[in-house]
Amino acid sequence: MTNVLVCIKRVPDSSGEVLLTDDQQGVDGRYVGFTVSNHESCAVELAVQTAEATGGAVTLLTVGPSEAAEQLRDTLALGCQAAVLVEAEPARLGPADVAREIAHVVREKEAAGTTYDLILLGNDAADSGDFQVGIRLAHALGRPVVNGVSTVEVADGHLTARGDGPGGEETYSLPLPAVATVLEGGVEPRYPTLRGRMAAKKVEIETRALSAEPAGANRVRLLLPPPAPSTVEVLGEGTEAATAVADLFEKLGVTR
Amino acid sequence: MILVLVETENGAASEISLETLAFARSLAAEGGGIAIRAVVVGAVEDRDALAAELGAHGAAEIHHAVGEAFTSYAGAAWAAALQAIRESTGSVVVTAAGSPRGNEVLAHLAARLDVPMAANATAFHGLAPFVVTRQVVGGAALEEMKLDQRPAVFSVAGHSWAVSPVEGASPAAWVEVTPEVAESDLVARVVATGTKEVDHSDSLKSARVVVGAGRGAGGPEGFGAVAELAELLGGAVGVSRVVTSLGWRPHHEQVGQTGSRISPDLYVPCGISGAIQHWAGCASSKTILAINTDPEAPMMTKANYAVVGDMHEVVPAIIEELKSRGVTG
Ligand SMILES: Cc1cc2nc3c(=O)[nH]c(=O)nc-3n(C[C@H](O)[C@H](O)[C@H](O)COP(=O)(O)OP(=O)(O)OC[C@H]3O[C@@H](n4cnc5c(N)ncnc54)[C@H](O)[C@@H]3O)c2cc1C
Ligand SMILES: Nc1ncnc2c1ncn2[C@@H]1O[C@H](COP(=O)(O)O)[C@@H](O)[C@H]1O
Repeated sequence: MTNVLVCIKRVPDSSGEVLLTDDQQGVDGRYVGFTVSNHESCAVELAVQTAEATGGAVTLLTVGPSEAAEQLRDTLALGCQAAVLVEAEPARLGPADVAREIAHVVREKEAAGTTYDLILLGNDAADSGDFQVGIRLAHALGRPVVNGVSTVEVADGHLTARGDGPGGEETYSLPLPAVATVLEGGVEPRYPTLRGRMAAKKVEIETRALSAEPAGANRVRLLLPPPAPSTVEVLGEGTEAATAVADLFEKLGVTR
Repeated sequence: MILVLVETENGAASEISLETLAFARSLAAEGGGIAIRAVVVGAVEDRDALAAELGAHGAAEIHHAVGEAFTSYAGAAWAAALQAIRESTGSVVVTAAGSPRGNEVLAHLAARLDVPMAANATAFHGLAPFVVTRQVVGGAALEEMKLDQRPAVFSVAGHSWAVSPVEGASPAAWVEVTPEVAESDLVARVVATGTKEVDHSDSLKSARVVVGAGRGAGGPEGFGAVAELAELLGGAVGVSRVVTSLGWRPHHEQVGQTGSRISPDLYVPCGISGAIQHWAGCASSKTILAINTDPEAPMMTKANYAVVGDMHEVVPAIIEELKSRGVTG
C-alpha cells in the first residue's frame, strides 16, 4: 500500500499568448484560464497508477489562492482520494516558501499518523519555472530525491524511477520514503470519467493557512521578450502555392 | 571568485557549459577581473585537452572532484562536491548550465546553503544589487530577479550566450579534490544507464527534413498527408506539444523546449502556431516553410517562407506536385 502525495500548482494556461498583470508581478490568466502543467499531469497519472497497483491512495496538495480548489477538483476526478489547499497569495511566494509549506503539511500529517511514502512533483512549474521546489522539499524532509524522471514503480518498499540522461536512459533505485520530480513523456495522463467527477465532488478539500511568513520570490518584475523582426516571403495561398513550394524544395535540394 | 560547474560529454565540455563560461567571463569582467574556477565531477579521459579547452574559455583553475562517490551520477553528491569547493575557494557566485543536471545540482546546493537560486538566467544587470534576467513560462516571458545573498546561485539558459574561446590562453591549472560525501547523498544515485539506441527521437533529431504538424491537424487521423510528405522528402514527422498532450502522436515526436531540438535543412510546420516553447526546438532549422490558415500566427511571421491555407488542402497539393515532377521518396 503506497500513499502518494502529488503537489500541483494552479498556473495560467500559457499555450497561447502570454499576458502579464499590470503590476508586472505575475502572468495574467484572466483571459486564458488556468490549468496545471503537463509535468504535473504526468505525476498525477503515475501516482494514480502506483496507488492502484499497491492498494494505496493519492492525496493532492497545492499552495495557492482559494480558486486553486478548481484544479484540485479537476485532478481529484482522475482517481485521487484527498486534497489539501494551503491558502496563499501566489505573488508573495518563492520556491523556498512553497517547499517549506509542503514540508510542514507532510510533517503534521505524519505526526497524525499518515505517512506519504512517495511525494511527486513536476520537474518545473509552467509559469515560474524555478526548477527547485521538489529538491528543496526533499532537503527539508531529509528524504532522497530523484529529479526529472518520467516513470516510477514501487515494489517492496523500493522506488524504481527512470528518466533521460545525457548518456541514455538512467535508472534510479532507492528505498521509500522518497521524493521524485516528474518530466512529461513517460505516461499518458487519463481523462476524467463521469464517476470520477461525481466522486471528486464529494471530497472535502482540507484548507489550511500558511505556517510562516513567506520570504518571497525576489522578483523585481516580469517582462515580455521583444518580437523578432519578420522577413517572411509568402509563397502563395491555398493549393495554388504547390508549384512555388515544389520549386523551393528543388532549390533547397531536398527532393533528391 | 566565480565557480562554474562544467558538464562534459565524451571528454569535452558540453556546449551549454561553454556558454555558461562566456556568461561568467562577462560577469568577471564587470566585477573588475574576478577569477573563474571550473568544477568538473567524475571521470575525465584527457586532462590536458580539458585544461586547454577550459583555459581558452576563461577558467584559471579546474577543481576536479574524484572518488567512488562520483563514479555514477547522484545530484546530491555533486552538490556536496560543489559546496566543498565553494567553501575552500570562497566563491561568491556559483553557476552552471541551465541543463537538467545543472539546474538539479544548483537546486541541491541552494537548498543546502539556504539561499535563492535563479534558473535559466540570460543576462545580469549591475552587481549591487545583483539582478539577473531569467526565462520563465518556458521562455515566453522574462523575470528580473534579485540575488542579493552570497553565494549568488543561478544557472544559464542555453543559447543565450555565444561561445568565444580566447586564442593563446594558458591552460587551466588542475586541482584534484576528494570531497567528503555523506551516505545519504548517495541514496538517489543512477544504478544503470541504458544505451542511446532506445532513443526513439534520434531519427527526428538527425533528419534533414522535418514535416511538422500541430493542432491544425485536427485529430489523430489528420497526419496522413504530413507523414506522406515527410516520407517523400526522406524526412521525419515532428509535432507540437498540443498534439502529444492530446495523445494524437507519441511524445518522442515532440519538437520544442520539452521535446527534441531539431536543426534540419528544411522544417515545414503545418498548423503549428509557433509558440515560443515550440520555437525553442526548431529555431536552428536552416529554412522554415510554414503552412497555416492564419497569416498572423507567430510561426508564419518568423518563418523564411509561408503558405496561407488549410493544411489538409495544401499538403496533398504539394505531394501531388512533387509526384508529378517524379519525386518518389
Ligand atoms: C513550460 C512549457 C513548455 C512547453 N514545451 C513545448 C514544447 O516542447 N513543444 C511545443 O510544441 N509546445 C510546448 N509548449 C506549449 C506551447 O506553449 C503551445 O501550447 C503549443 O506549441 C501550441 O501547439 P500548436 O501550435 O499545435 O497549437 P495552437 O497554438 O492551438 O495552434 C494551432 C495553429 O494551427 C492553425 N490551424 C488551425 N487549423 C488549421 C488548418 N486546417 N490548416 C493550417 N493551419 C491550421 C491555427 O491558425 C494555429 O496557428 C510548452 C509550454 C510550456 C508552458
Ligand atoms: N504553489 C505550489 N503548490 C504546490 N506545488 C507546487 C507549487 N509550486 C511548485 N509546486 C510543485 O513544484 C514543481 C516545481 O516547481 P518550481 O520549482 O517552482 O519550478 C511543480 O511542478 C509543482 O509540482
